[in-house]
Amino acid sequence: MDTYSFLRQLADSWVLLAMFAFFFGVVCWAFRPGSRAMHDDISQAPFRNEARPAADTPDAAPLKGQDNG
Amino acid sequence: MLNYIKLILLGGVILFAAMAANWAHDIAYQVHALLIFVLGVAMFIWVLRHTDEPEAVPTDGPLGYMDGPVRLGVIATAFWGVVGFLVGTFIAFQLAFPALNFEWAQPFGNFGRLRPLHTSAVIFAFGGNGLIATSFYIVQRTSAQRLWGGNLAWFVFWGYNLFIVLAATGYLLGATQSKEYAEPEWYVDIWLTIVWVAYLAVFLGTILTRKERHIYVANWFFLSFIVTIAMLHLVNNLSIPVSIWGSKSVQVFSGVQDAMTQWWYGHNAVGFFLTAGFLGMMYYFVPKQAGRPVYSYKLSIIHFWALIFLYIWAGPHHLHYTALPDWASTLGMVFSIVLWMPSWGGMINGLMTLQGAWDKLRTDPIIRLMVASLAFYGMSTFEGPMMSIRAVNSLSHYTDWTIGHVHSGALGWNGMITFAALYFLTPKLWGREKMYSVSAINTHFWLATIGIVLYASSMWVSGIMEGLMWREVDAQGFLVNSFADTVTAKFPMNVVRGIGGILYLTGGLIMVWNMWMTIRGGSSVKVPVGVPAE
Repeated sequence: MDTYSFLRQLADSWVLLAMFAFFFGVVCWAFRPGSRAMHDDISQAPFRNEARPAADTPDAAPLKGQDNG
Repeated sequence: MLNYIKLILLGGVILFAAMAANWAHDIAYQVHALLIFVLGVAMFIWVLRHTDEPEAVPTDGPLGYMDGPVRLGVIATAFWGVVGFLVGTFIAFQLAFPALNFEWAQPFGNFGRLRPLHTSAVIFAFGGNGLIATSFYIVQRTSAQRLWGGNLAWFVFWGYNLFIVLAATGYLLGATQSKEYAEPEWYVDIWLTIVWVAYLAVFLGTILTRKERHIYVANWFFLSFIVTIAMLHLVNNLSIPVSIWGSKSVQVFSGVQDAMTQWWYGHNAVGFFLTAGFLGMMYYFVPKQAGRPVYSYKLSIIHFWALIFLYIWAGPHHLHYTALPDWASTLGMVFSIVLWMPSWGGMINGLMTLQGAWDKLRTDPIIRLMVASLAFYGMSTFEGPMMSIRAVNSLSHYTDWTIGHVHSGALGWNGMITFAALYFLTPKLWGREKMYSVSAINTHFWLATIGIVLYASSMWVSGIMEGLMWREVDAQGFLVNSFADTVTAKFPMNVVRGIGGILYLTGGLIMVWNMWMTIRGGSSVKVPVGVPAE
């Protein structure tokens, strides 16, 4: 099989499937149970540390009730 | 020791530039060689005078955020914006009144050379400087970390602006590889590649050393913009120089492959430069100005992944009814239409961030700029998919409708979100409480909005008229109108478009005055900006 046909066939079968699977994986991951607290925390990031960098201690930006993630 | 290496390298650059200026095959290359020669000599003297001098005493205390390049970036954005708008307005009137292609200014001042100067000035100089400045500002704040790489950020700023000067002077002097939005010739492309790798290093280095646990969504968008532009730039500019002493190069691809590569590049420049990067701005500045977090962080994640997965396929819609295979242009069309969804998801996410703060729309002209910007984003991301449909495209392609579409996106979405960002950043970066004149922001908003409305509506009328005139046939099947007939018929619309440009340019000048007054005067309020010891 010539390169063009091979790539064409690969693109509209396995690669297409892999990309769709990845995308739906991302969507499912975003909606996984327990992600809300983490997302609420990240969405506050622009409101912390506006004036200067955080101190080197990792607890400078306390995470609200979130210890994993 | 490092200075000795620098001096040797600079000496090499100066020698090469001198030889290049001497043996140059064309005027653009010669002027660029002389420019590099002068810059090289100046830098050589500067480094020499600082060699073997005592080291500057390191200041005590932790370093703050590195805002020097951001400050200059804000100024450069405003400056190049006005230059780009001015050239754009001028070439708009050249289209209405061809006599403005002055005989004494030939060949430098004709439409063909000024048009790429306009597009590159607004996209790469105004938009690019805005993106670099805001991304440096945002990545530091949302990572709680100073920019990585020390003076590399300065190199990115000056290197990028050198690229712009080389590109702009090259167009005027006739150096172009004739690829839309990728006109700069081979050596300018190589220089941009070096600068872009440095940009990626600074940005990624800051993210990798961040002190926030997570990467804020704005940084995802900026990162995809930097990485994708690098990929697009490298592939679309594969060319072989005819001579190392001349600007002319020959493309590696040819025919339909070259066309497809060009529009894969061109549309993703829209998708990742003008959309993803500016969405990065949106996801930081809209929440900041509204004082509330983004409406839905989950939606922003889906917005990001859907956008980058879909945009990359949309390019073939620029090549309907060409030698490109039907399946490829159908693919481009389908993905363009699907792209409507994430685009509107992002628009809704931005607008809904104002939920509970809608009253600010009455009092805060910066919020007004942001909302108008998102509205234009929504409008042009609806118009774009519609125009990508083959049947619609057969009417709209090659007409002024395309120009109107591009400008409602560029002037509305990119321009207004950048103005909002500049109005947000200027007081913060120079330690002022607020902009010098809030009512001037309001005036700017209305001038820009009316300017865009005049521009877009005149181009809709003109474009659809052109499309209909070009396809009109009589009973025998002969075309009714000649091309010159359409040129005559669209004269009034061309004048209206130019007037829209004047309004938009006037708004830009008011912004520059307002920024100038904010920076120079006014009462300096002690806002805790991280003044770094640079």
